[in-house]
Amino acid sequence: MVPLSWYLIFSAALFSIGLFGVLARKNAVAILMGVELMLNSVNVNLVAFWRYRTPEGIAGQAFAVIVFAVAAAEVAVGLALIISIYRRRNTVVADEIDLLKF
Amino acid sequence: MSTEILIWLIPLPPLLAFFIIMLFTNRSNALSHTIAVGSVLLSWLGSMLVFWRAFQASHLGEQPFQSSIDWLPLSNSAFRIGILIDPLSAVTLFFVAWTILMIFLYSVGYHNFGQPVGDRDRPGLPPHGATITDDKGHRHQVPSIEPMYARFFAFIGLFAFGMYALVVSDNLLTLFVGWEIMGLCSYLLIGFWYGKPSARAAMVKAFITTRVGDVFMLLGIAYLYSATGTLNFREIFNNPEVLSRLAETTSGFLGLSAAGLIGILLFFGTIGKSAQWPLHVWLPDAMEGPTPVSAMIHAATMVSAGVYMVVRIFPLLSAGMEHGSLTTPMTLMAFFGAFSALFAASIALAQNDIKRVLAYSTISQLGYMIAALGIGAYVAAAFHLVTHAFFKALLFLGSGSVIHGMEHGVLHTGAYIDPQDMFNMGGLKKKMPVTFWTFLIGGFALSGFPLVTAGFWSKDEILADAFGHGQWAVFITLAAAAILTAFYTMRQITLTFLGEARTETALHARETPWTMTTPLVILAVFAVAAGWTGIPEHFPAIGGLVQNWFHSFVGSTLSEEPGTLAFNAIPLLTSLVVALGGLAAGWLTYRQVQAGAPDPIQKPLGPVYSLLKNKYYFDELYDFLFVRPAYWIAETFTYYWLDRGLIDGILHAAAEFAWRLGSFFRNYIDKPVVNGSGDFVANSVKRIGQTLRVIQTGRVQQYMLLGLITIAAFGALFYYLMVFQP
Amino acid sequence: MSPIQVVFILTAMTTLGAALMVVTVQNLVHAALWLILSLFGIAVTFVILNAGFLAVAQVVIYIGAISILMIFAIMLTRRVAEDVNPQIGRRWWWAAAISVVMFVGLAWMLGNWSGFRSPLPAASSGMDPLVQLGEALVSVNAYVLPFEVASVLLLAALIGALMIAWERRPG
Repeated sequence: MVPLSWYLIFSAALFSIGLFGVLARKNAVAILMGVELMLNSVNVNLVAFWRYRTPEGIAGQAFAVIVFAVAAAEVAVGLALIISIYRRRNTVVADEIDLLKF
Repeated sequence: MSTEILIWLIPLPPLLAFFIIMLFTNRSNALSHTIAVGSVLLSWLGSMLVFWRAFQASHLGEQPFQSSIDWLPLSNSAFRIGILIDPLSAVTLFFVAWTILMIFLYSVGYHNFGQPVGDRDRPGLPPHGATITDDKGHRHQVPSIEPMYARFFAFIGLFAFGMYALVVSDNLLTLFVGWEIMGLCSYLLIGFWYGKPSARAAMVKAFITTRVGDVFMLLGIAYLYSATGTLNFREIFNNPEVLSRLAETTSGFLGLSAAGLIGILLFFGTIGKSAQWPLHVWLPDAMEGPTPVSAMIHAATMVSAGVYMVVRIFPLLSAGMEHGSLTTPMTLMAFFGAFSALFAASIALAQNDIKRVLAYSTISQLGYMIAALGIGAYVAAAFHLVTHAFFKALLFLGSGSVIHGMEHGVLHTGAYIDPQDMFNMGGLKKKMPVTFWTFLIGGFALSGFPLVTAGFWSKDEILADAFGHGQWAVFITLAAAAILTAFYTMRQITLTFLGEARTETALHARETPWTMTTPLVILAVFAVAAGWTGIPEHFPAIGGLVQNWFHSFVGSTLSEEPGTLAFNAIPLLTSLVVALGGLAAGWLTYRQVQAGAPDPIQKPLGPVYSLLKNKYYFDELYDFLFVRPAYWIAETFTYYWLDRGLIDGILHAAAEFAWRLGSFFRNYIDKPVVNGSGDFVANSVKRIGQTLRVIQTGRVQQYMLLGLITIAAFGALFYYLMVFQP
Repeated sequence: MSPIQVVFILTAMTTLGAALMVVTVQNLVHAALWLILSLFGIAVTFVILNAGFLAVAQVVIYIGAISILMIFAIMLTRRVAEDVNPQIGRRWWWAAAISVVMFVGLAWMLGNWSGFRSPLPAASSGMDPLVQLGEALVSVNAYVLPFEVASVLLLAALIGALMIAWERRPG
């Protein structure tokens, strides 16, 4: 039987890896991949808690479903933005998209 | 009308005349002179009435006409002013009223009323004649009317007011007020023809010189008031306790008693006003004014006021006199008076201007009066004051008549000669008979021609008193002055009227109109008859026929009536010899003087003559001692050094200091500190901003990184604080 | 070590390994593929957690739509010489540090929580999570509102993405 702690550690690790990807990757799409990883870790966390703490309720799963929808929407919009920026500036390197600077 | 109210009203008409003429009737000559002469006629009438009542009053000396009112409120009382007519002021009022009336009447003719306006006449300059064309087409120059006619009458009206106010006043303060008003009017009238630079200089000289005397007089008045608490004549001069107290208290100044110091200070006022040596210099220059003014100032009023005042304060001057020894003020007066008499008489010998001779003669005669008072001859001094007023006024008006006649000749001939120079005259006896006879009477009165002239009686009394009291120095000096007086008087008469005309101008001289000759005649009557009121009792033959009214009347003014002296032949003989001898000598010396010839006494006197002619160089001395230093003080010291140097210097220094202080504040405090701190703050903000803005790179990952680091840090901190601390 | 634990450990290793590859590989397409593997591992985790519907939804949505979308985006934004450059930025060790700190912090905080070692409650037999989920999502007393809002969000995202990426033709 898997203790809850394993799931939590697992999701924490996944979250950190996703964070690393967000902060360190140059390509904007790669950043979005990191964001996806983070969202997935959250989902895992939610479901784990649901299963281990309130299995009779359904709040955990419902929450996870909403997160799915939001993640999907966010990826769609994000990628549309990236494509739009690519068209204008001909780059997807995050460091080169720095117009909002001093 | 009660006498007191009448006396209050006497000074009023001339004052009203002054204001009315000044303000309203300025433009109308006829109206102005009518108001002026009418006012003085009213005052004359009042004066005659008062004099008559005074004449009839018994014991006027003990119960004079007096009245006073509260004037200046003091702490719990008031300073009172008022009027007082005792015997002295009654006789003074008499001669003042007559002479002023005569002078006013004379002025109408003197200023050529009724004549046409001059060709080139301007206000401020004497009139120079008008050209008229008669029916035959001949052009004549005739005398023209004075352009400032009304102004003259206004001023002499004020002058008359000043004198009347002085005579009727019962205290030294209002006397001083009248004194000063006359000082002002003499200034205005001496410089009546202000267009002439000599007149302007003379008017200032007169005012300043008399001012010197007036300052001392004011000090005397102040001292008197502080010593006695009053300035009223009756309360001081008729009050033996006050007088003895003043004589005994010491003033702390040169060992003089209070009475002595006050007397000397007040006497200095007379030295100035009555032109005694050393303040005599203004009187001859005052001849710049029109002749009626000279008569007014030098005979009737102003100089007489000086003598009147010392006569009035005689009790104070003689306070402390023991057994006939003279007090200090009296000795001073005797000296100054006698010296001035001789001094001025000597200068008169060498003067050529007809009015100048009379001016110096006035100084000399005033010296007589003051010397008389100095030796204690109270009544004699007052007597000479009265007679002198009449004959001196007569002489001055007569000289004015002569000058007028000469000016007629000047206009006729068109010559540029001085109508006042006696050496240009001669033979005027035939041309101007009335003037001649009246002038002769006046001249004889001045010289002291025996018996029939007033001057004889008054002069003789002075000499008799000097001899009788044993004052040899005074006696001899006055006798010498008398001989010189007779000499120069006859010189004047001979040169002017006798012999032949020395110039064309004199040939064409003409007698003056009735407005001028009538006063001469009237005054001549007084010049003859006035002396007969004071014939001494013990005079040989005629003494005792007529009571010596003057002596008893005026003598009663004093608390103790002065005694009469026993008759002594020596002074009488002396005065006869000096008078007749001087007159004869003068006639003999001058009767043959031809035109262009020099003065016959020039050669015998030699260098002394030029000394006399130049008035002993006193004017030059005063100029060197006083006038130049005064100018230096005003121009260099006060103006350059003090005003521009010191005061402006202080101002400039203050401005400089303020500027420097301001610059210092601006450059060293305001700019660096205030601006600097402001700039520093702004710059710091800018630099901090510049330093910090590098954070805003526009790179999202960087923002997120920074955010996370901050969150992690704060999270750890709060976790630590929340979980472990409480 | 029960079998379920072994399964879990294997799944976890795979997922984490794939995730690491996602964030480190140079080639973006490879990264996308690794992402798919990672997402698959997550699906397996859902299965272990008795959330079958979510596992299938994961596969369908994430792998079937989102990853494909990402691959499309990669291809649309590909530059020719891009693959040569290193894909990790200069500040990667800051990111690593933060990640490590984050992980350690989370782990430690969770470790201090009392329920950290909760055992698995028994699954009740009458429980049908799918039906329950369905009912919850449309029930007025439950989660219909979030459901509807999520759908509106999806609509908005759809329209938004269209607008953003619309290519404006000149003229």
